[in-house]
Amino acid sequence: MSAKTTILNVPEEELVHPGHRACSGCGLSILYRFGLKALGRDTILVVPPSCLTVLQGLYPIAATQLPCLNVTFASTAAAATGTIAALKVQGKEGITVAAWAGDGGTSDIGIQALSGACERGDNFIFICYDNEAYMNTGVQRSGTTPQGVITTTTPIHGKRQEKKDMPAIMAAHHLGYVATGSAAYPLDVYDKIKKAKAIKGPKYLHLHTPCPPGWGYDTRYTVKVGRLAVETGLFDLYEIEHDVFRLTGASKKLVGKERKPVAAYFEAQTRFRALTRARIAEIQQEVDAKWAGYEMGEKATHA
Amino acid sequence: MHCIESGNVAAAYGVKLARAQVIAAYPITPQTPLTEKLSEFVDAGEMEAEYIPVESEHSALAVCIAATSAGARSFTATSANGLLYMSEQVHWAAGARLPIVMCVVNRGIGAPWTIWNDHQDSISQRDAGWIQLYACDHQQIIDTVIQAFSLAETVSIPVMVCYDGYLLSHTYMPFDIPEARAVDRFLPPFKPAYALDPRQPANLNTVTLPDIRPDIRGDLAPGYAEIRHNLHFDLRQTIGTVAEIDAQFKEAFGRGGCPHVELYCCDDADFIAVALGSLAYQLRDVVDMLREEGVRAGVCGIRLYRPFPDEAIVGALAKAKGVIVFEKALSYGNEGALCGDIKSALYRCDQRPFVRNYIVGLGGRDIRTADLLAAFRATCTTTEFKSDAPEWIGLKLQDNGRSL
Amino acid sequence: MSRSPFARRKSHSEPGPGDAGKTGSWRVLRPVIDVTLCIPAKTKKMACFNCWLYCPDGVVTRTIPPTIDYDYCKGCEICAEECPANAIRMVEETEFAKKEQ
Repeated sequence: MSAKTTILNVPEEELVHPGHRACSGCGLSILYRFGLKALGRDTILVVPPSCLTVLQGLYPIAATQLPCLNVTFASTAAAATGTIAALKVQGKEGITVAAWAGDGGTSDIGIQALSGACERGDNFIFICYDNEAYMNTGVQRSGTTPQGVITTTTPIHGKRQEKKDMPAIMAAHHLGYVATGSAAYPLDVYDKIKKAKAIKGPKYLHLHTPCPPGWGYDTRYTVKVGRLAVETGLFDLYEIEHDVFRLTGASKKLVGKERKPVAAYFEAQTRFRALTRARIAEIQQEVDAKWAGYEMGEKATHA
Repeated sequence: MHCIESGNVAAAYGVKLARAQVIAAYPITPQTPLTEKLSEFVDAGEMEAEYIPVESEHSALAVCIAATSAGARSFTATSANGLLYMSEQVHWAAGARLPIVMCVVNRGIGAPWTIWNDHQDSISQRDAGWIQLYACDHQQIIDTVIQAFSLAETVSIPVMVCYDGYLLSHTYMPFDIPEARAVDRFLPPFKPAYALDPRQPANLNTVTLPDIRPDIRGDLAPGYAEIRHNLHFDLRQTIGTVAEIDAQFKEAFGRGGCPHVELYCCDDADFIAVALGSLAYQLRDVVDMLREEGVRAGVCGIRLYRPFPDEAIVGALAKAKGVIVFEKALSYGNEGALCGDIKSALYRCDQRPFVRNYIVGLGGRDIRTADLLAAFRATCTTTEFKSDAPEWIGLKLQDNGRSL
Repeated sequence: MSRSPFARRKSHSEPGPGDAGKTGSWRVLRPVIDVTLCIPAKTKKMACFNCWLYCPDGVVTRTIPPTIDYDYCKGCEICAEECPANAIRMVEETEFAKKEQ
């Protein structure tokens, strides 16, 4: 296994110009900086309507220094397919095709095309930056909004349904590589994207993306809140390579250790204000059970 | 090379000769055999193309949009509800100025479900900014498909080649398949003005403001309104380009000469029928019968529907006493779609013929030549019309369930 | 880039900074690095650089000492929060407006 990237050896060159329209403190902005460093200049990006559309800039100025195709909301993965086909038929090799979509564009309106592209085995990287709601349009609930979260379309009682498990859905396509990451751990995201680049076929990354206005915390705490999600065991960093599951990085280090209470994560964001103490206790139990499962799995592999 | 084959196969040969590089395929009746034939060509190694079996029509056009943006010549085909499903993409391709060619095998739209022929599908997309060409027989299908690529790539506007489902797609006719090298001379490889390229990065089709603003060099760049105006302006210029490419094709292959309208007995006609697609050819039989009865009838088939060749249409129709538009689509709540367009073209004339409208064949309702003849004859001999509203040929039941 | 005949026909954006203008104007508080506390500045070694790592807008340089491009810094305070040496103070932007006057 290659050495992990550090702050000092990750490429310095920025492939995103400053002065773009992303919110102050935007988690996606951190992910995008390091995601593009990992992808490199020989990349074509495909982007549906999302916060990233706005970050990338309004005509005629682009914050992104890579070629990018903006596409309709439902068609991201199909557009990736078309790009790959065009490059192949022209004999243009060595260009990575990477789609970046929000959670809505991935798990709701985009899921059909994504499933199709994966079934076809197209050679692309699909990155879902999950800020857990339709943020670009002003914080409406999506399929990946966690249960209980207040959004503008679940304004009083919070979302009733559970968070859609996109990585599991993608893993069921038996992809060569499925991984989760977080804006709070940009070097981990860098390494995972670099790893994905070297694998043939469809790759899927699901990146947890804290969002100050959407989640209800001061911009200062974007990285802290992202870290809390991992440290409480609510959002786990893992890889699934050819159906084999493996915790990674900060989540792997948590196995057998004490996790921070989930309440710390919920209390840091106003979007969870509808959660009752009883519900939080239930969630704590669910998380504990999940980690007991991880710990058993770890024991099994080390037996 | 001569053959006897179906309209769908004629289209497939056109796509093959045009050397489409990326083909997005999704099945829908009655287009399916077209894509099946293309998959045979690709699987057998007769076509060097990427054949993409997409999971929906919306994705089919998404694949073409991306592939063309990345520099490949792309093609897809659909009908009816498939076309409607990709409607957002239809508008997108035009606004993005992508030279995609798509065959629309005309079929009625649900609800209720129908698989049979009418023109509502392509008519519903007439305002999207695509070039729309209608073929009347199998030779026109293959010839138009080949020309469509040349046209699209010259003006950077996508082209819809429409032909009647079942009536043309599934019937067998003799036609000539042009020789491959001759087509290569007529249609060189696709050389886009820009293709997505890491060495020349650009962000395509992002949010475009209402107002103009400076680019990175400080030059003013257009706003949404300018880009859309340019599409319309360029579409109107395309009327001339269609004729130029038709002339080039005629010189190379000996066929053509009717790029905008196809006239039959119109020179001295008092009454001219107007129609899209194969109906125009069926109306020639009606014209022949009327001429035998002493009526100076003619038929004007519309080949180029969008951009609307108003000059050619006025040239063909203005001197007639009456124009009778027979069509397989409606602008619901108003009148026949084509009829409205014909009237708007004739509006500028100081003296203009009366215009009557007949709706026929919706959902594949059989269009009997005898019924067309009766309607045409009645229109020629009526001095006063009760109303301006379109009349319907072939309806069989009244609202109360009684036969008409 | 050469101008194609369709250059003005399409929404075709070229890369450049400042799509949203000088986003430094968004700031209410400005991050100021205290070089006596900043680890790379103090030790004169390539070390830490959390501020560079976590800056959403990439306006911090990975240099000794790190510098901040105030034309584009949006004042999100992530650098101040993540600095392990508490070397970054957030100062009212109005203080600097006074000075610039």
